[in-house]
Amino acid sequence: MSTHFHPSNTLVSWGRVVKATHLVARPRFTDEIGRLVRGFSATEPGLAVGLRRSYGDSNLNPGGYVIDMTALDRLIAFDADTGVMRAEAGVSLSQALQVLVPRGWFLPTTPGTRFVTLGGAVANDVHGKNHHSAGTFGASVTRLKLHRTDGAVHELAPGDALFRATVGGLGLTGVIEWVEFRATRIPSAEIDAQDTPFDHVHEYFDIAAERKDRYEHTMAWVDCMTGGSKVGRGILSSGNWSPNGELKAHQEEPKRKIPIDAPGFALGRLTVCAFNSIRHDLKTMRAGPYRQHYEQFLYPLDAIAHWNRLYGSRGFYQYQCVLPPETARDGTLELLETIVASGQGSPLAVLKDFGSNPPVGLLSFPREGTTLAVDIRNQDEETLELMETLDGIVASAGGRLYPAKDGRIPAALFQSGFPKWQEFRAHVDPGLSSAFWRRVST
Amino acid sequence: MTNGNHSKPSNRVVILGALSAIAMATARIYAAEGAALMLVARNPDRLKALADDLRARGAVQVETASLDLEAASTDAPRHMADWKAKLGGIDHIHVIYGYLGTQVKASADPMELARITSSNYSTAVLWCEAAANILRTQKHGSIVAVSSVAGDRGRQSNYAYGAAKGGIALYVQGLAHALAPTGARAVAVKPGFVDTPMTDDMKKGGALWASPEKIGKILRRAADKGGPIQYAPGIWRMIMLVIRTVPSFVFHKTKL
Repeated sequence: MSTHFHPSNTLVSWGRVVKATHLVARPRFTDEIGRLVRGFSATEPGLAVGLRRSYGDSNLNPGGYVIDMTALDRLIAFDADTGVMRAEAGVSLSQALQVLVPRGWFLPTTPGTRFVTLGGAVANDVHGKNHHSAGTFGASVTRLKLHRTDGAVHELAPGDALFRATVGGLGLTGVIEWVEFRATRIPSAEIDAQDTPFDHVHEYFDIAAERKDRYEHTMAWVDCMTGGSKVGRGILSSGNWSPNGELKAHQEEPKRKIPIDAPGFALGRLTVCAFNSIRHDLKTMRAGPYRQHYEQFLYPLDAIAHWNRLYGSRGFYQYQCVLPPETARDGTLELLETIVASGQGSPLAVLKDFGSNPPVGLLSFPREGTTLAVDIRNQDEETLELMETLDGIVASAGGRLYPAKDGRIPAALFQSGFPKWQEFRAHVDPGLSSAFWRRVST
Repeated sequence: MTNGNHSKPSNRVVILGALSAIAMATARIYAAEGAALMLVARNPDRLKALADDLRARGAVQVETASLDLEAASTDAPRHMADWKAKLGGIDHIHVIYGYLGTQVKASADPMELARITSSNYSTAVLWCEAAANILRTQKHGSIVAVSSVAGDRGRQSNYAYGAAKGGIALYVQGLAHALAPTGARAVAVKPGFVDTPMTDDMKKGGALWASPEKIGKILRRAADKGGPIQYAPGIWRMIMLVIRTVPSFVFHKTKL
């Protein structure tokens, strides 16, 4: 029973704007990777994808080959004394946590969803609420195995040039078979947290600067509906692993799910409802410190499966940029004012200050400064125009956009945002490509 | 390939056809419970990868046996005794291996027909009987064999597979009757459409398709409780009741 490619028109990214046909193979064993990968070429390039939580088109190869890595989900080794885990690239962070947490370990860092694969975590060099203390996921990767389409197979370690290209390399440098990383010790699965309100985005910067030395995890929700003197008001939540509490892993299955696309007339209302729990926090903020399981603190949106369907069948974009410290205050204010004035943003956006940790990969997104992320429902021209305006602000502030979230960035903005992209390009496997890469590398 | 962890296993489980998607999902449930597992399938490298995964997920002992289950079936009692010794006893035996094949090929090629019958029925019953003889003596434990809803009515599109899967269900039903006085159990589980490599050439998606994980949960539960014939998921009991009831003058007009 050899694995082969089947046509599929259901493969979409998280934003669901691009609807295309792909030829998809889903290998179950790592011994199948080599043969599949060697079939790719510069004229018929392929791409390996995971749980497809990237929002735009960095995980799409319309009309071409895709290897769905999610069935390569076996753990290879876990040493409960050192916390080193080696696992196949299709293992989800969620599955890894099921094994790590009961033994007193946690992922070195995690994005806001646990439904990403290890391969995807490396390929996007993902970050989380603890970036200022832990850096990106790539910083904890100790080894990985990579298949090139010319048949070469590499075991890479930090320090190798191809390693630096592969971490954050959007799956373009080869197909990752397995990843080995160092987990981090936790005393419990609970987080001692606290919420601090701020009335203006300028206040955010003061509070965030003061919090980041005392708290391992920080991030802020920002209101995108209110302008004027309260523009960028929101709540900064911060937390540390609690010394008290059980080492209990999360519940694997999301509690609720969105069964179908939201119909057009319901979009605005439903989106608001979906974020209700968070908005609730905004209104009836907890006055004092509280303790919360990591499932609620780190992954609030994972509680609702398929929440992306709330944006309707035309899908949505996420705009995520980072601005350097020198320009972050004014730039973020300008971005928020533009979003509020457009009335197109989702009710809430996310703000977070990155630490000064040196980037691991040539294309790693995080850099010292402030990152802003906001969902924007796809309304074609109007939406693209808004994002073009935002692009102008980001470019003049010397910032960059996050490829994992992007589905429309112009090549010039990508290239100015990632000055090492030419160095990266030298490591790209000619047999691999994505819609994103074809757009930004010309 | 014994695990260094010597804590007492929750269950000692033999899985025949351990590399199928359904078997891997089932094994992970046992691993998380802290079971001791004997994994049997052909490919030794893949068995090793699976064993490593199950150890990391909490299995207290994982053994593997690289074996052609059809060829080795006449030696089933000896293998079963060997595995019992390695695990220090056997609580559950899952018979999961099988072969879908294609009816068109089976009608034209006796080798294909023989393989469908051998894999799904005639060798499977030898393993079931060998397992039953152990359970009969020890007076506890269960055999859980994977049958199929295809075994409920002969249909033009896959009657070779259907007959073999129907046959194994009937055999296991008989075993359940025979074992009943001892307290041991036998169950035939009949899945409907399952998204596995075996069905990769079919058009997938839709409400009736189940994941291997869902079927794995049902197989795990069947090892502990429930009647001798279980549908997976349960809705198939109703669907197949209807399909069995349709009179042949109507049924013969369909392309099912």
